[in-house]
Formats: sequence, C-alpha cells, structure tokens
Amino acid sequence: MNRGKFIERVLFFLALSSVTSLLLITIFIFMEGLPLIISTGLKNFLFSSHWAPTRGHFGILAMIISSILVTLGALGLGVPLGLACAIVLAEFSPQRLKLVLKPTLELLAGVPSVVYGFLGVIWLVPLIRDYLGGPGLSLLAGSLILGIMILPNVISISIDSLDAVPETYRQGSIALGATQWQTVRRVVLPAARSGIITAVILGMGRAIGETMAVIMVAGNALQLPTSILDPVRTLTSNIALELGYASGRHREALFATGIVLFIIIMILNLSATLVTRRK
Amino acid sequence: MLKLRLVQFHCSFLNFCNNGKRSCPILAQAKAGTLLFTPMKPSPKTERSWETCERKSLRFPLKLTRRLICLWLILVLGLVFAVTGCSCQSSTSTPPISVAGSTSVQPFAEKLAEVFMSDHPHIRIDIQGGGSSAGIYAVTQGAAHLGASSRELVAKEKHLVEIPLAWDGIAVIVNPQNALKNMSLEQLRLIFLGKIKNWADLGLPPHAIHLISREEGSGTRNAFEKMVMQKQEVSPAALVQDSNGSVREIVANDPYAMGYISVGLVDDRVKALDIDGIPPTRENIRNHTYKLVRRFLLVSKLPPQGRVQEFVNFVLSPPGQSLLEAEGLVGIKE
Repeated sequence: MNRGKFIERVLFFLALSSVTSLLLITIFIFMEGLPLIISTGLKNFLFSSHWAPTRGHFGILAMIISSILVTLGALGLGVPLGLACAIVLAEFSPQRLKLVLKPTLELLAGVPSVVYGFLGVIWLVPLIRDYLGGPGLSLLAGSLILGIMILPNVISISIDSLDAVPETYRQGSIALGATQWQTVRRVVLPAARSGIITAVILGMGRAIGETMAVIMVAGNALQLPTSILDPVRTLTSNIALELGYASGRHREALFATGIVLFIIIMILNLSATLVTRRK
Repeated sequence: MLKLRLVQFHCSFLNFCNNGKRSCPILAQAKAGTLLFTPMKPSPKTERSWETCERKSLRFPLKLTRRLICLWLILVLGLVFAVTGCSCQSSTSTPPISVAGSTSVQPFAEKLAEVFMSDHPHIRIDIQGGGSSAGIYAVTQGAAHLGASSRELVAKEKHLVEIPLAWDGIAVIVNPQNALKNMSLEQLRLIFLGKIKNWADLGLPPHAIHLISREEGSGTRNAFEKMVMQKQEVSPAALVQDSNGSVREIVANDPYAMGYISVGLVDDRVKALDIDGIPPTRENIRNHTYKLVRRFLLVSKLPPQGRVQEFVNFVLSPPGQSLLEAEGLVGIKE
C-alpha cells in the first residue's frame, strides 16, 4: 500500500469531517427554525417589528434593520481607517516600520470580543452618555466598537492585495512621471480593487456576526432606532440574550433568527468569493 | 531556464488575478524541479509526482506525520479512558443529587449545597443553571432530582411537588444621585409601559428616563410583568440586559436610569425605591406589605425521599434558612 495514497485518504477523511459538521449545523438550524417561519408566515416574521415571543409575536424587522445599521456604522469607521492604514503600511512606510506595525495590528485581531465590549462599557458608553446624551448604550457605541474590531481584518487583507500588485506597475507609473501618491491612487488601488472589496465584505461579515461586544454596548432595546443614540438589538444579540431561558416556540423563533443571520452571512461570503474570482 | 521564467511570469499574472493568493502550484513545482513537461494530461502523473516528492523530501515529514498520528491516537485513547474511568469512579459511590433551574436561585442553592456537603461528606450535590423552565422540564423528564424555580408553576405543571424555599423581593432601583424616594405601583406601571417618559412627570428636573428591563423569558422579568404590568408588555424602548448584575451596573453609572433587580442583590451603589410608601425591607417582604414579592421554589416529581429529602430538610431547617437570610433573601419559615 502506497504511503502517499494512505496519507491522502486520511487527509481527505479529515477534510470531509469539517464539511460534514458545516452541513449538520445547517440542517439542524433549518430543522429547528423553519417550522416557526412557516407557521408565522415569512411576511409576519421578516416585516413586523413586534417581538414578544412569550405572547406569540415573532417580528424581527427591528433587529434586521439594527443589524444592518450597526454594520454600516462599523464599516463607516473601519473601512477608511483600515484602508488608510493598509496604504501607508504597504506603500509608504519603510520596511522596518512595517515589520513592527503589521504584527501589532494583527494582535488586535486576537483580543477577545468580551474585552472590547468591556472597554466599551467602561469608557465609551459613559463618554457618549455624558457628551452626546441618551443612555449611552447605543447604536453609536456598537458601531464604534465593531469598527475597531473589524480593523485588523480589513487591514491585513487590504495589505495582502496591495502587495500582490506587481512592482512593474508602480515602476511603470513612476517612469511616466507620476508622483508616488498618483501612482497609488490611479494605478495600485484600482489594480487591487477586488482584494479591497473582499476585505470590506469580510469585515462586514465579522461585524454582522459579532455578538458579545454588541450585547454589552448596544443596549438591546426592541424598538426601531430613530437616532444613533438609541439603544438597538441586533440579530445575534437577540439569540444570545434569550436562548438561555427560551423554550418551545420561543426557542424555535431564535433558531429562525439564526436562519436569517445564516442567509445574510452566506450571501456576504459568496459575494466576497465572486468578487475575487471575477477578472 | 526560459521555461522557469515563463512559468514565473504566468504565476505572477495569476497572482495578480487572484489578488493575494500567493501560492502557485505550478511555480512551486517548477522550483522544486518536479514540473512535468506536458501539463495537458495531469491525471496519471499526479501520482508519480507524489512518489517523487516522497522519495526526495517527504521522508522526514512522513515520520513526523506518523508520530503525530500516534500522538493523536494516544490522546484519544487517553480521553476515552479518562471518561470511562470517571464514570467507573462515580458508579462506585452513590450518584450525586442533581439540582437544575433558575439562575436567580442558583447562587443560593450553591451556598446551601456547599454547607450541606461539608456536613454530609458522603452526599454530592450538583447545581446547574439553565433557567426556571429548563429546571422544571428536567424534573418532569426525570433528568434532575430537584428543579429550582423563581416563578410559580403554571397549571400543567401543578402535578409536581413544590417546596417553597424563600421569599425574594424585586426592588425598583435608581441611581443614588436621583432624589426620588417613593413611587406608586401605578406610576411604576406607566413608566414601564412607556407612558411616562420623563423624570419631570415624577416631580424631578426634566430628563428622559432610561428604562432597563430583563430579557424575555427571565424569571425576574416574568415576576415583574405579573406583579406590575398586569399582563401588558414592557415598552420596546427599554434597554434589555441579561442579568441582575448588569442591570445594577448600568443603574449605578447612569443618573437617569431605572431598573429592577432581586432585593438580595441591591447594594450601596444603587438606591431601592419605596413602592406605595413601603420600603423593600425584610419585614415588609415577609408579611407582604411590600407588593413586589415572589417565591423561590424547589420542585420535584414525587415527594422527596432519602438523600434528597435530607437536603430539602436542611434547606428548610433553621440553619439553612438563616443561611438564605444571610445571603439577602427572606426565609419562608419564621
């Protein structure tokens, strides 16, 4: 028996097991959640914002909108900062600075989300409450914390895609008389565009899926927010907050929330893959 | 050489397209000298390239892999033995008494179990959280000896044996900076309905009230809704926190916040309000002049016997009850 063949088989088996677990999770979530969506009706489930599961109201509109708003807010902070950081590190900084800064930034990704949430509650929330008003636990607080949390993702993927642009492009552009900034803006950034879009989409996926930090700083109120200082509840917070005590239909409703989240994240990841594959 | 360069060019182009995916299999092969001349029909040759690799460079890694696999097997076997070993061990002594249920009761039950076990070293008690409903369900299924509940049993659960453990008041708390001392039950209801939104309506300097509630399904929220809200819903504008502790934390930091927590957990960083002029003192909770009072229950499927009965007796005995009192609850026995 060929050793190589044997190892190949073992690895194949191990690889299959990871795919299997994904499949099982998917089946499980859908089996638990679908009955409720069917009995409530998709329209009532998705387009009503009346959530009182113990009284039989299962509308998650407010949470879908809150999730989207928090994520957009996070992107609004995280993408400009992250992209600027990536451009400086990839194009303008000397090698030594890059050697120090990049690992430091990647360390950010390793900080547990509870820690972000805790810092948010201790520092950010009182600041917002004292200087901007409202209860402090708010859409704004959630967006800011998430914006910082997605930075490492956005930065590292953007840097990789900027680095992947062939050196000859830059040399060609500079040889034509462009300044370094013009080169970056007109040549390097467009060439790295699909990688940067991927970074943004993956950052979005991270932001929409984040739970712990958001529960701690966003306030979890059930209403549709009317200002950025209003407390909001995202899809993930809803599941994590209520699963502990939920039973029966309530539990099914939380799994149904999970289905919606699952589909949103699938769409995001698929579009990230499509963007990278194109061209 | 020309071929290598061509391949390099091809790969850098691929790289550029792939944006960031640096590894290029063909380049790797070319560098390793194993590139096959006609990549047109790769099927029979992939195997050969495996062999080449193996003969040349994979010998050491292969050993390593084998070692890794051995290590993994040992770990798995060890784990299996550890698990069976544990179960053997516990089967030699008597199985522990399991108590499951409300997270509000859990800390008190743990305290009781700790003291009980130090007096009765041969009996072990496992306390689990999970929520009142989960605890009651576990008892009905026979998965736990005792369930801990911070809510009353509903009609279809009435066949279970209920053992009242203690009274617990629900305190309405505000920040110590807040000048308010007293409010009526009706005012409280209107506030949590979202009808009264401003402190000015309570005679204080105008500012929005920041309401803090508990998550749907929580025993404390359940009791609050039953006693205060008269079956109406808490305003959706209320902030929701998932524990007594975090409600207290927010109220302690926010001068405009109002929330409700278990009386046993009120400390000097927050202020408990009088309801209808009656402060939530131990005496008022015991004789029910303070309105917001709930019972903590233990439930079991059949009247408890043997070791379980011993534990229940201890909980209801004067030492057990005074232990609960020391922890901030109000004992069910005088």
